[in-house]
Parts: sequence; structure tokens; C-alpha cells
Amino acid sequence: MTIDRRNFLAGASAGVTLIAAPSLVRAQGTGPIKVGEINSYTAQPAFLKPYRQGWELALEQINAAGGALGRKIETVFRDDGGKPEDAVRHAGDLINAEKVDLLSGGFLSNVGLAIADFALQNKKLYVASEPLSDALVWAKGNRYTFRLRPSTYMQAAMLVEEAAKLPAKKWAVVAPNYEYGQSAVKWFKELLKKAKPDVEFVAEQFPALGRIDAGATVQALEASKPDAIFNVTFGADLSNFVRQGNTRGLFEGRVVASMLTGEPEYLDPLGAEAPVGWIVTGYPQAEIKTPEHVKFRDAYMAKFSDYPRLGSVVGFDTMNSIAAALTKAGSTDTEKLVDALKGLEFPSAFGQAEYRAVDHQSTLGAYVGRTAVKDGKGVMVDWTYRDGAKYLPADDVVKTLRPAG
Amino acid sequence: MFDLILTQTLNGLASASSLFLVASGLSIIFGVTRIVNFAHGSLYMLGAYIAWTLVSRFGPADALGFWGGVVLAALLVGMIGVVIEVLILRRIYQAPELFQLLATFGVVLMLQDLTLATWGAEDKLGPRAPGFKSFVILFGNRFPTYELFLIAVGPLVLLVLWLLFQKTRWGTLVRAATQDREMVGALGVNQRLLFTSVFFFGAMLAGLGGALQLPREAVNLHMDLAMISEAFVVVVVGGLGSVTGAYLAAILIGILHAFGILIFPKITLVLVFLVMAVVLVVKPYGLMGKAPVGHARGHGPAEPLLLPADNLTKLAGLIGLAVLALAPLVAPDHILLTLTELVIFALFAASLHFMMGPGGMASFGHAAYFGLGAYGAALAVKWLGAPMEPALLFAPFLAGIAGVVFGWFCVRLSGVYLAMLTLAFAQIAWATAFQWVEVTGGDNGILGVWPSSWAASKFAFYYLALIICAASILALRLTIFSPLGYALRAARDNPLRSEAIGIDVMRIQWIAFIVAAFAAGIAGALFAFFKGSVFPTYMAIPRSVDALLMVLLGGVQTVSGPIVGAFAFAGLSEQLMKATMYWRFVLGFSIVLLVIAFPRGLVGASLLGLERWRGRPEAAAKPVLATEAGR
Repeated sequence: MTIDRRNFLAGASAGVTLIAAPSLVRAQGTGPIKVGEINSYTAQPAFLKPYRQGWELALEQINAAGGALGRKIETVFRDDGGKPEDAVRHAGDLINAEKVDLLSGGFLSNVGLAIADFALQNKKLYVASEPLSDALVWAKGNRYTFRLRPSTYMQAAMLVEEAAKLPAKKWAVVAPNYEYGQSAVKWFKELLKKAKPDVEFVAEQFPALGRIDAGATVQALEASKPDAIFNVTFGADLSNFVRQGNTRGLFEGRVVASMLTGEPEYLDPLGAEAPVGWIVTGYPQAEIKTPEHVKFRDAYMAKFSDYPRLGSVVGFDTMNSIAAALTKAGSTDTEKLVDALKGLEFPSAFGQAEYRAVDHQSTLGAYVGRTAVKDGKGVMVDWTYRDGAKYLPADDVVKTLRPAG
Repeated sequence: MFDLILTQTLNGLASASSLFLVASGLSIIFGVTRIVNFAHGSLYMLGAYIAWTLVSRFGPADALGFWGGVVLAALLVGMIGVVIEVLILRRIYQAPELFQLLATFGVVLMLQDLTLATWGAEDKLGPRAPGFKSFVILFGNRFPTYELFLIAVGPLVLLVLWLLFQKTRWGTLVRAATQDREMVGALGVNQRLLFTSVFFFGAMLAGLGGALQLPREAVNLHMDLAMISEAFVVVVVGGLGSVTGAYLAAILIGILHAFGILIFPKITLVLVFLVMAVVLVVKPYGLMGKAPVGHARGHGPAEPLLLPADNLTKLAGLIGLAVLALAPLVAPDHILLTLTELVIFALFAASLHFMMGPGGMASFGHAAYFGLGAYGAALAVKWLGAPMEPALLFAPFLAGIAGVVFGWFCVRLSGVYLAMLTLAFAQIAWATAFQWVEVTGGDNGILGVWPSSWAASKFAFYYLALIICAASILALRLTIFSPLGYALRAARDNPLRSEAIGIDVMRIQWIAFIVAAFAAGIAGALFAFFKGSVFPTYMAIPRSVDALLMVLLGGVQTVSGPIVGAFAFAGLSEQLMKATMYWRFVLGFSIVLLVIAFPRGLVGASLLGLERWRGRPEAAAKPVLATEAGR
């Protein structure tokens, strides 16, 4: 390689000046508090667009009321595209270049686990909003990670409570082949066997996330002639699965217990093809009349002229719980924030909830009901709210599940 | 049991139809233009999106609205294909194969963001097809009539293609061009028109394949890459340029999928690429393909001579190294992290360059060895409880062993077939990491791969990476100018003459393959400890493309090019990703521009400029000599 010496030296010295230029030193305690929010905005838009809107609604309300610690709160949004590798890169950049005070977000469970591991190594707080895997707070739980949504364990427990009442003995399962699907299936099987020892699981299908070959999968499940089916797929996989299942009669005479299918983000795209009579966890947004929810829903509709999805609630609650933690800690210091979050009570759109000190899991609950089709649209009927606190194992069991303590 | 086998066979045949439509278009385009069109999956995706829009507008319940929308969508996609051909591909027919492949990959990136901007990120669930909403009872199972219709589409299109190729003048010309396009040109056929029409036709088939998927699956932004990797498999297994071969291969893959779900539900992804690798090894030109006439190898400009560094270059390299060594004294944390990444990528790029430049073997799956290095380190930490030091030593050997095995098969091929086989092996490695959940953690990856405490600080790890990478790059450079390097270049420039003077070409190339894999493994292992985690994306197609881009950006025909290219590319893409949501478009656009404007890369172009500026007479003479030697 030959490079003109003069040009090279000029370039090199320019480079050094650039690197040496005094970076903006932010005086602690005067500027806004920065939250680094990493999520799969382009990979999972159905959930995350409403999520971001719910987040922005909460942020607007908090900052209008003076922010936290007398400072405004500011968010730096980053898109991980559904890839843990990118999430980790963004996390590093947010901490080192953007100097954020804490991390939040995560949609897919594997992404959440990757950020949690990163947070532990770098001793930075991570408030996981959506990743559902129980490993996030139990097997791989750590001091710096807290999680808002009810976990795979909790939602499986809610569904098992209903599933155990059915006469069905032979079950088949279909789940996306990554952390969330594996974890949901594991708990559903374990809890259902405990509740009803004579059940057996006759078929398992684990299509790769977003790549289900629905016709063949439906046929493989049909071939095992199950009495009932446990479904964990969501999004595009769910749409394809339901359409093929409907045409091929997989659901006829069979009950399906299904994670998340009652959430408007997954139920609405199915339109009139939405399944009927499935036992689901979800969010009957138009019908919840508690004062907290009505207030939230009205404010959301006024700001965005659209009804909230479950993502909106999760974004809204995550931001509110972060603000509550900041106020309680009285500081942006990571260790103080972690201590403040343990046992922190915060207002949510579903009522008061708490981050448990024992495993950093919040007690936010979920709605369980049956699906139906009304006016050409999928809806939830016969639903009830299940408080998350009631669907967690006893504290001494939790301690054995969580090596980090 | 028997009824299940029959039903599952039908399922396989139904999936095979769309696959065949896309693959046959790809195959025809390759046959005539010799371009491996990476953007074909994107055309398929566009077909689905456009059909969704048209059908919703025309009224999905109405038969005319639905089928009219589907046909119109296919024609529109054909027109989009023409635009791509006229604006981009027409300018690069003479470029080396890899450049063409890269340019079409640039188009993939651009179309991805254009689709995102036009239709938004939400999945679109299309309507059911009028007249095919129901089912029939077959072998005791309910089977959707639309799937039956799809099963019929495959042979029907095959028949139409056969008639077209056998009975029309256009078809005859296409077949002639597939056999020997120079001869067709020499006989006075308007090549431009032929190429454009072929591209229109191929794109239209892809668009039709996408549009027909509408009643079958939700339209989404990931359809393009999912389809193109399968379509590649089909085309390569069937034989590049053979339509009948593509049909057989599509059926083979479709049925393999359907039964894979039944028998091995957890290794469906591996199966497909395994079949492709086996076919390439046994029948290098595919089931129905023929060995190409005349153009087995690339026909780009001949490679110029590589010269050992003169004093000025050595000085520049030394200064560059010194700047990197002193950087931590002034650079803030986040710059230091970026520099660490750049240094690691420089080694990754240099390792690819070693086999691509002097070795003349273009790899489209170099990420496999990077990823295997990373997984080697992570597995050593996770399963053997090894600390960083032994894991770093162990990891490159995993990559190296893969190089020994994969390389042995790859060096038996050349040109685009070699690139395809490297891609197949990389996809096998990726699919294994993705689906062997018990060992690799699957999509969750392996976490907690952090460095030993002495190297945990950003400062210490940077120096560790810098020392290892600089030493490895220097070693690669020395090898290029060693007897092995000279033998390698001789084998690249003229295998026959090299054999004649006693060089065992395959063995030399095999060794180069292994060295490159080993060096990439070193980079991968460092990267694993740098990030603290490994994921299957480390060996996915985009990472292989990254490596190619770094090398090509710098310039294949220079030794220092890949290093400059790595710094330029990795730095640029990181800034882009932060600066705009549509970074893919900008990146894709840059790739296309680069291929059209700087086919020699940054260093190559500046060297050429420098030589012209100095007006050295021997510099002007050199390319002529090199051309002579290249023949």
C-alpha cells in the first residue's frame, strides 16, 4: 500500500483531534434523566407500535407533572430488529456513548436474556417490560434485572387452572422454537400434570419463529388425534396456523388453550377467521371498566385516536414504574435504584402492582377468557382479571428456582 | 399411517409450487445472464405485497377482483424487474460474479426498506381465494382445495415454460444463450433486449409465486430472505439454468420439509442444506445441470501483480499501528469499543481476502468460520468451564477443523458453484446452531462469555484484540509473499500451467481454505469475548455479506485493502444504523454505487490514481502483462 505521506499525516492528525475533542461532559443531576429503551420495533410492530405510544403517553404525563427528582425524563429508542446480537450492541452504545441512566425494553425472550446478562456484567439497571421467559427472573435472574409482564410460568398457570377443568386427556402442543416457546411449554406440561396426573402429551411441534409451515404442522398435530391443544405461537405464525387449522378442521371438537391470543394485536388481524371458544390470556380493552383503566384508555384515545392494545398498557406501565422507582430512590444511582425497585408499589392501568423483592417479578396480572367472534371481529368473552401475585410459587420455592438470590 | 404419508406428500407438493415459480425464474435469469440474482426473493415478496394491495382494492370476494389482482401483481413485478435490470444490472454484466451477487444483495436491502416504507411493518393477512375457500376429504383428512390448485400450478407452469422454450423463437434464443451467449451475440441477436426480456419474465414468475401465497400465509417483511435461501437450494440442486431440474428439486425440498416436520421436527432447517451440500458434492452441477461451456471461471479483469511492501508502505502501516496503539490514551470509552470491533473485523476481512484475493476462491459463507470460532469459545466456556485463555486457543481449531472438512469439498469446484457450496456449508453451520438447542442454546445463544478479570476492562481487552489481530494479519500477509502464497496465486491465475510445473492445485487451495477458516475463527473467538455472548446470527448470511463488502470495498487485488475496507465499512454501517431508521436502504444503495463506480475498491482505486499521477511507465504496462498471465 502506498499512501501519500502528506495526506496521510493530515488525515491522521485530523483523526486524533476528532478523538481527543472534549466530549460533552454532562454535569450529574442537572440535565434530563436518560432511559435507554431497546425493542424490536421493526420486527414486532403489531405489539411495539402501541407499546411506544403507551410509553410516550406516560412520559408526557410524568414530565408535565415535573418529571422525577425535579428533572425531565428523556428516552433514547433503539431498534434491535428482533436479534439479540443487535440488542447487545445497542446496550453497549447506550451505556457508553449515550450515558443513559438505565436500560429498559426487550420484546423477545432471548433478546431480554441477552440484555439482562449484559446489565449484570456492566452493573446497570435493566427494567424488562415484555420478555416473558421465567428464566429472566429465576434461573438466570440477577440483581440488576426486573420484569413487568406476567411470566410464562404465571400465564401457563392461569391457563392450566382452566385446562385442568376440561375432560381432555391427550394434549398436543405447538410453540415457536426459542426461549419463550420452550419455557411456556415446559411449565404448561409440568403444571397440568401436577393438577391432573392422568394427562398425556401426544405431539409437539416447534416451528422456528416466523417460519411456520402451517399446513404440514397442522397435519402433524391432527395425526396425533389429541383431545386438546396448547398453542404458544403468535403474530404471523398464529395467523397462518389458525387459517390452515380452520380449513383442515383441526380445531373442531377440540379445545385450545392459547397464550396471548386474546391480545388485540394478535386477535384483530384474524378478523372473522378468529377462533371461537379458545381459552386465552389477553386484553379485552373495550370492556374493562375499572377507574384506572378507563382513565388510561380515555387519555390514550384522546392522544392517538386509536384504541389501546396490550402493548400500550405494557409501555405505559413500564414508564410509570421507572418514574416511581426514581422518585423512591431519590437518585439515578444504579444500586440505589435497584434497592428502590425491590418491593416497589406502582400504579398500573390494571390497578396497583408491585415488583417482588424475592425475585424482581412484578405482580401485574392478565385477563383470562374465551374467544368469540362478534360483528366479524375476534373478541374475548367470559373474562376475568387474574392477579399475578396469586399465580406464583411460594417464596421458598422461588428461592430454589433463583440461584442469584 | 398410510393416509398421513399421502396427505403430507400433498402438503409438500403444494409448498413446492411457489418455490418452483421463484426458482425457475432465478434459474432462467442465471442461465442467460449468468447473474445469481439475490433480489429474487425480494421480487417474490413484492409480488405478495402488491397482490395484497390490488386484491383488497378490487374486492377480494369477487373472482375477477382476486385473480385479476394476482395476475396484475405478477406483471407489475415483472416491470420492477425490468427497472432493476436497466438501471443496475446492465452496467455490471462484465464484472466478476461476486460483484454481481453483491449488487443484487444491495437491491435486496433497498427493496426491504422501500417495502417497509410503503406498506408499514405490520403483517398483512390476505383474503382467501374465491372458489377455493373450502376443502375436500382426501385419505380421511380434510385437505384445502386451494392447496390442490397450487399443486396443479407447478406442472402447468412447467408445461408453459417447455412450450415457450421449444416452440417460440424467443425460447430458442434463450436456450441458445444459456448454452453460449457469446455465440448468440456474435450471430447478431440483440442481447440487450434478450436480457431485459428474460429478466422481465423471471421477475414475473417470482411475483406470481408471491401473489399466489396470499391466501396461504400472512404477507410479511421476512419473506424475501426466507424464500431466497430456499430458492438458491432448489436452483443449485436442480442445476443452474435448468427449469426441469428446478421443478424436481422444488418437489424434493417441499416433500423433505413436510416429512421433516413429521419425523425430525427439530432439524428441518439443517435437512434442506444438507441435501444441497450432498448434491453439490456428488453432482457438482446439480441434478439436471450441465458443465458450463467456456466460462467455468470468472471473466472479470485479470488480477494485477501483488508486490511486497516498499518502505513507504511499511512506514504508513507502522504509523497506522502506532495510532491504534496510542488511541486508548485519548479516546473515550465508546470510541474504544468501536475500535475494538473494527480491529476484530479487520482480521475477519483479511482472512476472507486471503482465500478470495490470492486464492481466487470467492466464499459466500465465510461467516461460518467466524461463527464457529465464536461458538468454539462459548462452548468451551459453557460446557468445559474453561477460562478465557484456553477457550481463545481452542476456538480457532473448531473453525479450522470445519475448514478442513468443508474446504476439502469446496476446492473441487470453482467460481459460482464454489461460492454456492460455501453458502450451503455456512447455512448448515447456521441451522445447526439455530436448531441444536440443547448444545448451542438455539436462538437464545450462549450468554456469559466474558473475558478473564485481567482483560475485562475495555482498555485491556482492546490491547488484547489489537495484539492478536495485528499479529494474525501480519502472519497472513507474510504467507501471501511466502512460497505457499506464490503457489496459490499461480494456481489462481492458471491452474493448468501450475499443475504442469508440479503444483498440487487442489492441495494448495485446500491449505489456503484452512488457513482462512482458522484466522476467521480467531476473529470470531475474540468477538465472542468482546460481546460476552454468541448467537446464530454470527454465521448468518448478512455477516458473510459484511465480510465480502469489507474486502470488496477495500479492493480484492490489494493486500492492505481488506483492512481499510473493514474500517470504512464497519465504521460507516454503525453510524448509519444510529443515524436513520432506513439504514438498509442507504447501505444497499452504497453497495450498488460501489459495485458500479469502484469495482477495484478504495485502495485499488487510489493505487490506480496514484500510479496514473506518477505516470510510471511500468505501471501502465503491468495490467497488460497481468491480463496475459490471467489467460
